[in-house]
Amino acid sequence: MAGIDIEGLATVYPNGVRAVDGLDLHVADGEFFALLGPSGCGKTTLLRTIAGLEPATEGTVRIDAADVTRTEPGKRGVAMVFQDYALFPHMNVSENITYPLKVRRVAMATRTATAERTAGELSLQGLLERKPAQLSGGQQQRVALARAIASQGKVLLLDEPLSNLDARLRLEARTFLKKLQRDLGITTVFVTHDQAEALALADRIAVMESGKLRQLGSPREVFARPANTFVANFIGSTPMNLLPGTVAAATGEVGAVSVAGGSLPATTVSVPADAEVTVGIRPEYLTVASGDVTGPALRGVVVVAENLGTQSLVTVDCDGTLVGVTVPEETEPSPGTAVVLTAPASRVLLYDRDSGELLARQPTPVAS
Amino acid sequence: MTPGFVLRRIGFYVLICAITLFFAVPMLWIASAPFDSSPGLGVHWPDWTLENFRKTLEHPYAMHSMVNSLLICVTTAVAVTLFAALASYALSRVRIPGRDALLYGLLLLSSVVTGTAAMVPIFVMMFQLGLIDSRFGVALVMTGGLLPAAIFILKDFVDAVPKSYEESARVFGASTGQILRDVVLPVARPGLATIMVWAFVNSWGNFLVPFLLLRSIDKQPGAVLMQTLTDEGGSVNLQVLPVFSLLFSIPVVVLYLLVNSRYGFRFHGGIKS
Repeated sequence: MAGIDIEGLATVYPNGVRAVDGLDLHVADGEFFALLGPSGCGKTTLLRTIAGLEPATEGTVRIDAADVTRTEPGKRGVAMVFQDYALFPHMNVSENITYPLKVRRVAMATRTATAERTAGELSLQGLLERKPAQLSGGQQQRVALARAIASQGKVLLLDEPLSNLDARLRLEARTFLKKLQRDLGITTVFVTHDQAEALALADRIAVMESGKLRQLGSPREVFARPANTFVANFIGSTPMNLLPGTVAAATGEVGAVSVAGGSLPATTVSVPADAEVTVGIRPEYLTVASGDVTGPALRGVVVVAENLGTQSLVTVDCDGTLVGVTVPEETEPSPGTAVVLTAPASRVLLYDRDSGELLARQPTPVAS
Repeated sequence: MTPGFVLRRIGFYVLICAITLFFAVPMLWIASAPFDSSPGLGVHWPDWTLENFRKTLEHPYAMHSMVNSLLICVTTAVAVTLFAALASYALSRVRIPGRDALLYGLLLLSSVVTGTAAMVPIFVMMFQLGLIDSRFGVALVMTGGLLPAAIFILKDFVDAVPKSYEESARVFGASTGQILRDVVLPVARPGLATIMVWAFVNSWGNFLVPFLLLRSIDKQPGAVLMQTLTDEGGSVNLQVLPVFSLLFSIPVVVLYLLVNSRYGFRFHGGIKS
């Protein structure tokens, strides 16, 4: 088991594209680490650079404190599961799982034993003689995992491990994968473009955009306090409301921000009053107030309600600005109703209008 | 069911029958003539005998020419498959500027290289290399002629083999040799088999190249010898020729059946299965 240290890493393709651009990252021993970002953000390139399949142009990669930047992929002690699983079609499950051992000329008896043990761990018993084409998607994925585990790498790399499974199977595989990683305690880095997957699986998430790191933190931090509007937009199954606003008052512990014809409470920030900001508030943190509201609030008219299962996403027109808010099932107001929206100050995030970066709170924020 | 419709259908089927007959008659001839005691140029129910087979086996050059054919064609097929595999793998995996132009250029020119247009230059070239009247020389020229198309077909096939197979093996520590032996070759085997049969069949029927380059009758392959199968009088030897034609067609048919039963004729380019 080992950690991964990445310093000033850049991977530049021959056509001049800087797919990974000066990245510093530390993955702790035994951590389940997610690389998250939209397609083309360089997350897969970063994973492949860690594996050694892409040469690093600048910087260093260390695995278990050893510099492996110029080491061949096979000598780095990494195991990798590819997006398409890359199971060898002419070998059966058993041969696939033990191929890493065959390469190292491990004795046949040891190989058979490893195949049976690993297959047992991943509930693949009885499938050892099958060819990959005779397996379901979920089984293929487990064979690919079994092969990676059998190779006994110090670090496990997963490229979009769940993307080739259908929606229902994906949830099952997610739980399975998280439990497996916990049981094995192996340092694991996985790439995904699905924010829900990253939030559900990872101990820590690195959100990437155009080869750069935009935020690094636990799923809770990344969800509750996105460091910039890019992350705010990307994380969350219902998009965060990002509204233009003006800091109204910055007195005392709780300030306010004028937005969309109304106002919202906000913890004081290090910007003067009247400063132009972008106000970020998740639909989940807005509530439709019942009765009279005296404090800061948004007033508007319901435009449309979308059913999301246990809750509904209601879009409210507040003085020409559309604001999303989620309400519990069967309490959705019908379109045309006038509603008042409130939010706790700790959930209202203020971003710099130009840079899109989160504005620091003045007093240390109370953990929410 | 208007009379016009009926007439059109009748006309259509008569046409189909005529076309079928046109292609069936030679087949029937090759099936019947070898077993007939007095084979002619027409098709009729044979007067059964195996005498023609005995005559053919005793013919001084007939069976030997089959051996020559096998020698030349196996060499060509193996050489084409080997070189096409290496070239197509490299062309598929390495980015070379102007690669597609190179491939299309090769394909276009290949029809000229072994065709009639290049007859004289090829002869002169082989003469200067001292490869006139050499079966190896014939195989070499035919390999050159078939390679561009073989590379073109095989590259499409290799393109369809996902790179992640090789990368996966690399991450597990396999050397280049191990990757080729354990992963690339087995995955590409149906494509290689297809190319090998295609090259064999193409060279088996090639008349022009051996006709140009071989002098001695004991080195000639079946395709060339066939036209010299005459009796003492100079007319066509109708006892040996039908049997020879039948035997000559067997290797090709056997190869097709063999490969078809093992792999089926699949081309993996174009649409991914």
